[in-house]
Amino acid sequence: MNKVHNNKAWWLVLPVFLLVAFSAIVPMMTVVNYSVQDIFDPSTRIFVGFDWYKQVLQDPRLHDSLLRQFIYSGCVLLIEIPLGIAIALTMPTKGRWASLCLIVMAIPLLIPWNVVGTIWQIFGRADIGLLGWSLNEAGIDYNYASNTMDAWVTVLVMDVWHWTSLVALLCYSGLRAIPDVYYQAARIDRASAWAVFRHIQLPKMKSVLLIAVLLRFMDSFMIYTEPFVLTGGGPGNATTFLSQTLTKMAIGQFDLGPAAAFSLVYFLIILLLSWLFYTAMTHADKNR
Amino acid sequence: MNLRKKMVLALYILFLLVPIYWLLNMSFKSNTEILGGLTFWPQDFTLANYKVIFTDPSWYEGYLNSLYYVCLNTVISLTVALPAAYAFSRYRFLGDKHLFFWLLTNRMAPPAVFLLPFFQLYSSIGLFDTHIAVALAHCLFSVPLAVWILEGFMSGVPKEIDETAYIDGYSFPKFFVKIFIPLIGSGIGVTAFFCFMFSWVELLLARTLTSVNAKPIVAVMTRTVSASGIDWGVLAAAGVLTILPGMLVIWFVRNHVAKGFALGRV
Repeated sequence: MNKVHNNKAWWLVLPVFLLVAFSAIVPMMTVVNYSVQDIFDPSTRIFVGFDWYKQVLQDPRLHDSLLRQFIYSGCVLLIEIPLGIAIALTMPTKGRWASLCLIVMAIPLLIPWNVVGTIWQIFGRADIGLLGWSLNEAGIDYNYASNTMDAWVTVLVMDVWHWTSLVALLCYSGLRAIPDVYYQAARIDRASAWAVFRHIQLPKMKSVLLIAVLLRFMDSFMIYTEPFVLTGGGPGNATTFLSQTLTKMAIGQFDLGPAAAFSLVYFLIILLLSWLFYTAMTHADKNR
Repeated sequence: MNLRKKMVLALYILFLLVPIYWLLNMSFKSNTEILGGLTFWPQDFTLANYKVIFTDPSWYEGYLNSLYYVCLNTVISLTVALPAAYAFSRYRFLGDKHLFFWLLTNRMAPPAVFLLPFFQLYSSIGLFDTHIAVALAHCLFSVPLAVWILEGFMSGVPKEIDETAYIDGYSFPKFFVKIFIPLIGSGIGVTAFFCFMFSWVELLLARTLTSVNAKPIVAVMTRTVSASGIDWGVLAAAGVLTILPGMLVIWFVRNHVAKGFALGRV
């Protein structure tokens, strides 16, 4: 659509701008303010410049949780994206079954995040949970609360359970947008199923897949509630991700300065990555 | 569709439903039965866990608080996002692309970053522990989301409709309310659903900004952990009750869900 140039449109955007600015810019400025001061109490504060940043950037806790975070987000993407595509390809295209599928698949997405944690906490316990009990009966020594590997696997499976449907739903709507003519042409050419996927379905899904990758990456990068409820970050610090490290610092220990500096570093990482994704997205739009 | 495809789908759906079945199963058991041994079906079917929730004000008020701030958030988000989305879909103006990206970054901002400043901001203006504070805080991600989804739907409406209406002598507000809003009705429904949903599932900000009067259900649930152990039955029942609102509303938007998740970009 060719849009008209009209700066009066700002009046329509102004409410959104003011509201989001109130919720985003004011708190952000507070964080910046804290990150350069050492605060003993409201009346005693010393300007310390970039000291907190130096301290935080050398903090092994940040390095460890950042590393864990990247491994975790990487695993999430590697499992959920291919699985989501596969599921989308198997979904029925019309009729009652299609609606039913859509609704059942959307259920995990609508559950409050701490309840997701609770569900898996119950489900995975060896004494009262179906999963933990079955695994132990099968002779596998499984305990997500004490074994690091088990905790990791449980958190990952929980994320797959929670979010794969999102990828599948997005791919499904991308697939629905392919006209039947394409498939007919492929049939005439006797194209194999793989060729249809590679040359018809995958290119058509490109834009939704980008959105799926973007959303899954961002949301897994700021995951907090589910592992917090399930494992509490343990055993040890094995499943303590960035958000949780930050929350511990800010609320638990009330280290305002370092926590603020940590927040800004965290936010900058996210901002950089969103910008990369966004540029990739708009480029894909242009080339279409 | 061949058999193998059906098997894959059936397995996946099973994988999705089994943990929920277990939660449901547990919510109808007494604690002695839960801890006594594994049963695939409640041997001693009881509604006692649900009764606890529906008779104890601190429990059911949690649900009311949550519903209250979630609805408030949905109304605020839609009110401000409608005109803004219209502007983004119809006009070019100074800094529009930057503004759009800036909105996106707020959707991507980790709530943990905003925890402390939000707490102090709302405390200093006297809104701590009110429903409006949580609603406003949730606007941080629901408003950008609403603008994005609505813009996607509005771009699908041909511009000729606007022009014809102006020629027929409609003023902008009258055109917007009488003609344009009914045209994107389904889009508004989906947007409302997503604002509702994302506000409903969020815990971190809602918990931090409330203490007693506006305490959300997700925070009340932590009460089941006490010195004598965890009250599994009530916890499971409370969990089941938090799933219900989502399941009720999803039916109405089932055909548009994917478009909403794609921020209106499918």
